[in-house]
Amino acid sequence: MTQLLEVDDLVVSFGALRAVDGISFAVTPGETLGLVGESGCGKSTTALALMRLLQGATLRGAARFAGRDLLALDEAAMRRVRGAEIAMIFQDPGTSLHPLIPVGEQVAEVLRAHLDIPATEARARALELFRKVGIAAPEQRLRAYPHELSGGMCQRVMIAAAIACGPRLLLADEPTTALDVTVQAQILDLLRSIARDSGMAVILITHDLGVVAGLADRVAVMYAGRIVEAADTRTLFANPAHPYTRGLLGAVPQLDRGWDEDLPTIAGSVETALAAKGCRFAPRCNFAYAACAERPPLEAVGEGHVAACWKVR
Amino acid sequence: MSDILLEEVSIRPPSARRGVLRRFLRHRLAVLGVVLIALLGIGAGGAPWLAPHDPDEIAIAERYVPPLSADRLLGADDLGRDVLSRLMYAGRISLSVGIAAMLVTLVVGFAIGAFGAYLGGWIDVALMRLTDVMLCFPSVFLLLFVAAFVTPSLGSMALMIGLTCWMEIARIVHAQILALKSADFIAAAELAGAPAWRIVVRQILPNTLAPILVAATLNTANAILLESYISFLGYGIQPPQASWGNMLTNAQSDFQVDAWLAVFPGLAITLAVASFNFIGDGLRDALDPRVRDA
Amino acid sequence: MARYLRNRIGQSLLLLLGVSVIGFALMHLAPGGPLAVYTLNPTVTAQDIERVKHQFGLDQPVYVQYVKWAFGLVTGHWGYSFFGGRPVGSIVLERIPATLELMGSSLALALIVGVASGILAAVRRNTIIDYATATAAMLALSLPTFWFGLLGIYVFAQTLGWLPAGGIASTGGGGLLDRLLHLLLPMLVLAFVLVAQWSRYTRSAMLEILTQDYMRTARAKGLGPARVLLGHGLRAALVPLVTLAGLQLPLLVGGALVTETVFSWPGMGLLFVNALGMRDYPVLMAILMVGALVVVLGNLLADIIVALIDPRIKLTHV
Repeated sequence: MTQLLEVDDLVVSFGALRAVDGISFAVTPGETLGLVGESGCGKSTTALALMRLLQGATLRGAARFAGRDLLALDEAAMRRVRGAEIAMIFQDPGTSLHPLIPVGEQVAEVLRAHLDIPATEARARALELFRKVGIAAPEQRLRAYPHELSGGMCQRVMIAAAIACGPRLLLADEPTTALDVTVQAQILDLLRSIARDSGMAVILITHDLGVVAGLADRVAVMYAGRIVEAADTRTLFANPAHPYTRGLLGAVPQLDRGWDEDLPTIAGSVETALAAKGCRFAPRCNFAYAACAERPPLEAVGEGHVAACWKVR
Repeated sequence: MSDILLEEVSIRPPSARRGVLRRFLRHRLAVLGVVLIALLGIGAGGAPWLAPHDPDEIAIAERYVPPLSADRLLGADDLGRDVLSRLMYAGRISLSVGIAAMLVTLVVGFAIGAFGAYLGGWIDVALMRLTDVMLCFPSVFLLLFVAAFVTPSLGSMALMIGLTCWMEIARIVHAQILALKSADFIAAAELAGAPAWRIVVRQILPNTLAPILVAATLNTANAILLESYISFLGYGIQPPQASWGNMLTNAQSDFQVDAWLAVFPGLAITLAVASFNFIGDGLRDALDPRVRDA
Repeated sequence: MARYLRNRIGQSLLLLLGVSVIGFALMHLAPGGPLAVYTLNPTVTAQDIERVKHQFGLDQPVYVQYVKWAFGLVTGHWGYSFFGGRPVGSIVLERIPATLELMGSSLALALIVGVASGILAAVRRNTIIDYATATAAMLALSLPTFWFGLLGIYVFAQTLGWLPAGGIASTGGGGLLDRLLHLLLPMLVLAFVLVAQWSRYTRSAMLEILTQDYMRTARAKGLGPARVLLGHGLRAALVPLVTLAGLQLPLLVGGALVTETVFSWPGMGLLFVNALGMRDYPVLMAILMVGALVVVLGNLLADIIVALIDPRIKLTHV
């Protein structure tokens, strides 16, 4: 199958710090890939690197998107990709929208930046988009300012702006983290239906395994700047291979567990990871042994299922 | 507060002092400012010993001697008086007025801001409204108006400038005390059982001090500028006593006769004011760790 | 919005009341009081002074005097100049256009240059451009305006002969070009200090804005750099910048006074300094009041503009 996006050995470093340390993954058209990991593991950095929105970072590797290497494009060409072919939505819709510009204008300006259309048509299309993302009373909302809208409503505006030009890939960076639980579900439903209807691929970045389970076709688990395991969602949840993934799944509260049982946790903290020479999870891993001093390669452990661990090869 | 563990709350104020000197020294222009002020201070303070001539000594034969002449490093003025010596003596006056005026702004501003914030109620409202009203007058107008009716002297100049420029200090002090009255680390200190005086001395003062120190430095710069202008117009320090400002009184004609006469005093003012401004800027960066990376 | 406006106008009126009280007190606290010009004159006898005192109502209780004076201020009866006896109102009013011409053009120039250099310094943060701008701004803030003006006259008028040394126009009028040439030097001198403030302030405002999430969003939308920086960044900076314009007014008015005296620019500042030499109280008081009025009204205007730009103000600052 032809890939929409093929990331090959991406390295993002800020000075001496390698925030993303050689990751490779691919996204097929229309597919939703969950990128999972705890905060600071480099998943947001990966997305921002693909958009080339990181300042002061050095990028290495390749990211082939529809026949071009995103990392090699000049700024003008990259600008034509941003918002048009690859769009992005962010964690906190409240601060991600400009506080002094009416939200309708913020949607319309994406259209005007990429399509040669008059202001009135951009406005009409913004209205259409507002309807599409389920904003009630869209005519009035066009003129509203972000502070007059709820968090969920703001995220719908962000989504409207993101899908305005019909992008082939949406990078959704913790799109529901800042929202109330009930609103989270609505936004996830919205993303699912939009992706399905438009055939748009999504990279869903989250630390919330529940979100991934509900939305992603495939999941890649990141730890300390590396991908440690990737598989289709069903396989990963049913049959996690990497000790870190197993730990993560074990740490999810479950109803059938006794009320007085402690929630299993992963001992130690991620701070130990960046110093580790070989497998970065080794300092916290119960199964670590001599071989873990070497970096484990990402190898197949099943059909469409890869993991980076010496123990499970 | 209830869900915060006590040990998580910093009992010490967010330390402004740690590394202040190091950060200040990294601010190259501020260091330059300190060096320049030190040089100007030595020149002015040591004028009676260091000045090559009596500043008021008239030597008609040496009128308009150009700079770098033998024995006249910066030349001589229309009466043959030594420009360097006059500049040094004028520096005594101008710098003293600047610093004394700054002290007046500190005393008045602190009194008004602190009383208001501490007492609260209608006194607070009245004092802060007074501050607002004073800020409506362009200070040059107010100062000239008063200066024209007062016998000028070093003391009266400092007092007048101080009395027209205290508002910013008052506002800072007021805001700082109000903020600190309700700050978490003060509550923490109270919870930890520290006595009131200790809270004031150890917590409130150091926290209030930083922005006030900055404002005071900038006020000194501003006071020197104001003094020079008032004296330039003839309502400030009166000749034959020299101040940087009144040395420029005849600048317009000096420029045509002997431009250097009009250049040196202006340079002295610029250097002194710029130095205090640089120091103020450096202090702001050094004392507030937050703005460093902002 | 209406409530916010009402509140701000009320505050401004209160400020003006305070300003008039302070002005009145100053006039009476000054040595010799409002009659200094007479009492200091040896040819005027004590009886003359009593007569004048009665004539001006100065033998009445202080609060009566204040109310009368303040009423006159509001109704446009600003008294008569001690010299020549012309009504103060018309003396001051005829000077206002010249001052506005100087202040307006300087402010406009300072705005453009200051904001542009501030944005540049913020974007090119910690580069040579940033340091050079910051140092230049600091030096500009430290220059004594009057000396800088004199220096400018010496270089451009006396030595090079490119520009006139002072005044608003050549004797006998002169055309638009003549007026522009006269305006150029004073405008540059007054703008110099203002530019420094705008530049520093814009830089720090933009530095904060550049780190905001919505700026990242703007770039993620694929907008061009100018659109991101001006359409989104500067738009957010407008609120603090307009506020600064209001706060800067005392400096602008004061700076105009200094500049006018150096360049013999026939505005309110020159009038003030001339009146000061003659102890012409009514004129001095009138200019002091007009200066304060400009500041109060300017700040009110700035607040209204801010409320129009920032829809959140109406909610938070009522």
